[in-house]
Amino acid sequence: MLKNKHLLGLAGYPAEDIQTIIDTAFNFREVLERPIKKVPSLQGVTIVNLFFENSTRTRISFELAQKRLSADTVNFSASSSSLKKGESFKDTAQNIEAMKIDAVVMRHPTPGAPKHLTEFIDSIIINAGDGTHEHPTQAILDMMSLHEKFGKLKGLKVAIIGDILHSRVALSNIYGLITMGAEVVLCGPPNLIPHHAEELGVVVNHNINEVLDWADAINVLRIQRERMGKGLIPSIREYRSLFGITSTRLKTLKKEIVVMHPGPINRGVEIDGVVADGDQAIILDQVLNGVASRMAILFLLCSGKKINEES
Amino acid sequence: MPAKKLKSRILLVNGTIIDPYTKQIFLGDILIEEGRISKIGKIISDSNIEKIDCSGKIITHGFCDLHVHFREPGREDKETLESGSMAAMSGGFTRVCVMPNTNPPLDSPEAINFIIKKADECPIYIHPIGAVTKMQAGNDLTEMGLMEKEGAVAFSDDGLPIQDGSMMRIALEYSNLIKVPIINHSEDECLRANGLMNEGVVSTKLGLDGNSDLAESLMVNRDLELADFTNSKLHIPHVSSSKSVDLIRRKKRVNSKISAEVTPHHLYFNEEALNTFDTNLKVAPPIRTESDRRSLIQAIKEGVIDCIATDHAPHTLDDKETTFDLASFGMIGLESCFGIINKVLVKQEGMELLDVISLLTVNPRKIMNFEMDLFKIGRPAEITILDPDVEYIFKKNHIQSLSVNSPFLGETMIGKTQYTISKNILFSNE
Amino acid sequence: MMKKVIMDVLSIDKTLNRLSHEILERFSFIDNIVLIGIHKRGVPLAKRIKNKIKDINGTELKTGALDITFHRDDYRERLIMPEVKGTEVSFSLDNKIVILVDDVLYTGRTIRAALEELNSFGRAEKVQLAVLVDRGHRELPIKADFVGKNIPTHEGEHVNVLLKEIDDEESVVLIKN
Repeated sequence: MLKNKHLLGLAGYPAEDIQTIIDTAFNFREVLERPIKKVPSLQGVTIVNLFFENSTRTRISFELAQKRLSADTVNFSASSSSLKKGESFKDTAQNIEAMKIDAVVMRHPTPGAPKHLTEFIDSIIINAGDGTHEHPTQAILDMMSLHEKFGKLKGLKVAIIGDILHSRVALSNIYGLITMGAEVVLCGPPNLIPHHAEELGVVVNHNINEVLDWADAINVLRIQRERMGKGLIPSIREYRSLFGITSTRLKTLKKEIVVMHPGPINRGVEIDGVVADGDQAIILDQVLNGVASRMAILFLLCSGKKINEES
Repeated sequence: MPAKKLKSRILLVNGTIIDPYTKQIFLGDILIEEGRISKIGKIISDSNIEKIDCSGKIITHGFCDLHVHFREPGREDKETLESGSMAAMSGGFTRVCVMPNTNPPLDSPEAINFIIKKADECPIYIHPIGAVTKMQAGNDLTEMGLMEKEGAVAFSDDGLPIQDGSMMRIALEYSNLIKVPIINHSEDECLRANGLMNEGVVSTKLGLDGNSDLAESLMVNRDLELADFTNSKLHIPHVSSSKSVDLIRRKKRVNSKISAEVTPHHLYFNEEALNTFDTNLKVAPPIRTESDRRSLIQAIKEGVIDCIATDHAPHTLDDKETTFDLASFGMIGLESCFGIINKVLVKQEGMELLDVISLLTVNPRKIMNFEMDLFKIGRPAEITILDPDVEYIFKKNHIQSLSVNSPFLGETMIGKTQYTISKNILFSNE
Repeated sequence: MMKKVIMDVLSIDKTLNRLSHEILERFSFIDNIVLIGIHKRGVPLAKRIKNKIKDINGTELKTGALDITFHRDDYRERLIMPEVKGTEVSFSLDNKIVILVDDVLYTGRTIRAALEELNSFGRAEKVQLAVLVDRGHRELPIKADFVGKNIPTHEGEHVNVLLKEIDDEESVVLIKN
């Protein structure tokens, strides 16, 4: 079994388990290519998608994964206005515990919320994003996609580009890639990269052209428009000029690098539409791999439930 | 009942008496009659007098905490003056200063009077600290003169910083009229922003908004310069960073009206402890790096920091048992104080017990101009009897406060206060 | 523990020859027959049968591999990490005659899982089962259409098939505890 009962984050997550998840995910990719894309592995398992923050993509990806595994899915969405002083959180958690749900997939705007949930409920918990902390399933699908393209992760040169400071995708990717032996460079405006980032084992470089020259693959983060005009990013054209992944920039490189993006993309901001639609981008593969890796994670964590109960 | 009225004659027998005022340490007995110190030394007693056997124990002054939050008026569910008194006595404290961020705040002579009247009925001495600005809004000075007459011993908007530099200057200048300290919760609101913990490696790893130590040190610097300029008394609460320590050290060389305090939790924990997202460690100012912690310890040893103050901040379970961003800031600290301070400063750092006791007794009293010579014959007894070596695990049954938000639960303490005598009441921790 | 060799490398080969001939005999039209081996040892056996049929008849049948891990009915009781080897069926099974190939037929649960998994690839015209060894003790109503050898077993006994592609040796062994 995987060493951890839950998947709360990739910090300290064992490399062997990450590899097992990726290998199993490739098997589930095959299932997704069949005419009938369903296996009975999680029949009778009930999973709640507990989303305290809106997210259509991640939730649909999880739902698809759950249904393809024949699990029973229940969705709970809490709009932020109904979230009073954490009252709803604890009460909601205890209600779930009372209904004897097997697993909870949770997205919450506050770092540490899934860890907090483990104090109230006994179910298996999968973190679908906790504020600016981690988004482990995204990092796993990203690593699976890189593995598919390059056959390995060790020694791979991966650059993460954009607003790192507020990105759970970045942090989980940093943890996962470094555990698997890749080299990671962060690139973006200095005020959007954590002051202590290099202590995580990465290198920081604000020069996009140098970074693109160096990298085998890049993970382009979405620039949130809410950050603009708050003194964080002066303007869209400024950002695009300094950090945008344009086809011009890619053409000047000596090799063809792989371009990833967690979605949804802002065409013409962090990435040009032409690039996103082009051959170097594997964005749609990431989406399919997202379902496959979530199937793998759910399968590995939720099957063998009786063992979990006994222990 | 752990607290009961003192017998009219009681003899504390065969203890090691540590007098932090005279700096004397000797074996002896103390006779207390009608609640006052009657005799100190080797006392031959008659057998029918009530005795407390203090063999192997230390008899010393009752502790004094300059910085506690008893939530009365307004949040009596978290703590009252009475329950806070029990918590204090359990920790060996006989005298505390309560911060004004109650609801309504202590920003008028009437509010100060309310506390003074209620404090009369409490077994410890409770001194109100008045707010600097009305409603703690940072705009208008309170009636400091009238409030001091009613019994306010210092002024602070604690909980909140006095963000506006001109307001801080006015407050310091005005305080010269009444010669009591201004205590500013030094955290620049703008730099602090939404910071939930110290900005550093750990906050980066946890994705939590960071609160840089610059938010504290820059305001400490401002306050030190303003206090110097206005020649007024400034007391810096809960110092948390080495940057602040350096500034205080430098200023103290040329200015004797500056004083500073530190909490037990800032001397014990570093930011690594927050890896578990434990909301009981969510405090303002935040717990910082190991390097900061060591600077604070060094500052204590040098006398750059004058005293220990717990910043006892009770919160209900609902306030703490929630996601990190929504949890209230603060922890209780009266009951765990001595076990932690003794463990860190005496046992780990090798400081003398006398010096550490001074941090809890004469040093804070000096800052507030409270009577320091507590073993003077005829004085009302304010005494703590403690065991400096006993090791135990801090548990819920050690807590007298109405709130239990303490990250020390489960930690090993070294040293325990066992009896506390104050206002003719004997509190027993057994 | 006692080991008894029931089949050696020669007898295995002879048996597979016979099975291949039987298959050819049973079906007059073999172009739409596919051989699907069940992981692990059914897979090399299916390949061998394919090669033998090619030698006899000249026709090369399509083959595939089935990993039934995701279809097991005991996944909630599993005590070890599921080791997924991967299903490879790169063609539709619509209108095909599927011959499942496995090394040992025992309780029948593996075959049940395989039948269920086959559904994901289309609707086969017919599904048949070829096994090297049938050791009895069915827990489900499953029977093999082509049997290499019947080896009746008692409780506590085990039949191990070793194949050179996987085990570096070749034999069928009965193990008594």
